[in-house]
Amino acid sequence: MMLPGDLRLRMLAGFGALVLIAPLSRQGPAAAALAAVLALFAVQRQPLPWRRLWHLEAFLVLLLVTLPFTLPGTPLLRIGPLVASHEGLERAGVVAAKVAASVLLVTLVFAATEPERVGAALRALRLPEPLVRIFLGVVRYLALIRAEMQRLQDAMRMRSFRPGSNRHTWRSYGHLLGMMLLRAMQRADRVEEAMRMRGYAGRFLAETPARPAGRDWLAGLLLLAGAAALLAWDMA
Amino acid sequence: MAHIPDGILSLPVLIGGGALAAVGVGLGLRALDDRAIPRVALLAAVFFAASLVSIPVGPSSVHLLLSGLMGLLLGMGVFPAVLVALALQAVLFGFGGLTTLGVNTVNIALPGAMAGLVLGPVIRRQVRPVVAGALAGIGSALAVLATGGAVALSLWLSSSDYVPVARVLLATYLPLALAEAVVAAVVVGFLARVEPGALRPVAAAGA
Repeated sequence: MMLPGDLRLRMLAGFGALVLIAPLSRQGPAAAALAAVLALFAVQRQPLPWRRLWHLEAFLVLLLVTLPFTLPGTPLLRIGPLVASHEGLERAGVVAAKVAASVLLVTLVFAATEPERVGAALRALRLPEPLVRIFLGVVRYLALIRAEMQRLQDAMRMRSFRPGSNRHTWRSYGHLLGMMLLRAMQRADRVEEAMRMRGYAGRFLAETPARPAGRDWLAGLLLLAGAAALLAWDMA
Repeated sequence: MAHIPDGILSLPVLIGGGALAAVGVGLGLRALDDRAIPRVALLAAVFFAASLVSIPVGPSSVHLLLSGLMGLLLGMGVFPAVLVALALQAVLFGFGGLTTLGVNTVNIALPGAMAGLVLGPVIRRQVRPVVAGALAGIGSALAVLATGGAVALSLWLSSSDYVPVARVLLATYLPLALAEAVVAAVVVGFLARVEPGALRPVAAAGA
């Protein structure tokens, strides 16, 4: 089993699969979902994104740590006044498996895909044109803006600015951000003017992407069918 | 902290969040003049870049949300801007989630839009930059706390198992609200002094 090669179908099928595995509530199906995504990684010969997996939100860590102790059930382990229940541990395991499977699936869907192509695919999927243009605009200017911000921060460091937990630091970041916003607005005016000068009339010339191959449809349906089967197992 | 990943929330919460976000984005896009699109994109890029900077608060550090400021500068345009930033984070860093895009967009953008709609006209009327900044600071802090409440609510609606965590989570929003209030107050004070026209919401710009 492979993911569809066509980005539009890959995004749709991946999104559908994520929605289908979101309600999983039992250990078996959740573990199977994780195993299936890991198998996809092996088939696609993608290295596992360990950094993404370990980069858990703080509240997720909190959730996984507290769930065993806050859910009532058969006692499993006692640490002082705290009792870890079997049910709580199982629930934490299910949540961890689902979150890991989802992060991995998102990684696979967008592996080696430039954000510009995502924008084109979103346009082909008939998302509102202004939204697609905001997306492409952010993609286009994000690196530039970040470089500009880095330059301003370098300049602050050259003037011996050391960030700390105090009002001076927060004020300095406020001035930095204010300056960035001002420059961005001026740049936006220039960009808009340049677009008009080149005859922009509310529409970009966008080529229609080729129709997806039959193989891509099959792969997308397989992914959805697999996720649906897991959900059916979970509800059985 | 405001980005709930995939695999945690229940289906009704995901669908409800998606529907609300669609309405918000739709309203935001309709209010948007065609010529203002580059401005929304560039401001969204700045807010995105700024949210990546970690700012020390007490013994820890926070990443700013800046939703109150976005609401002030973008009006309802804050919805598409937040949606795009969150989508890009998922694509580039695998951060946040795809199914939670709607919920996360509402949790962040709705308080920002409210702050912008309610406080925006008052702030723009102020003659003294310090007062305008102070108002923006209060609005931003409230927006952050509202986002914390909305995140906790999303967890609570999904499963009562999440309630203890949701409570702890709310407490972590207090230092963020403090830092955000000071930064937003300085930014608005700065803009009011240097370029008062910048505080007009984006839909009106360039039209």
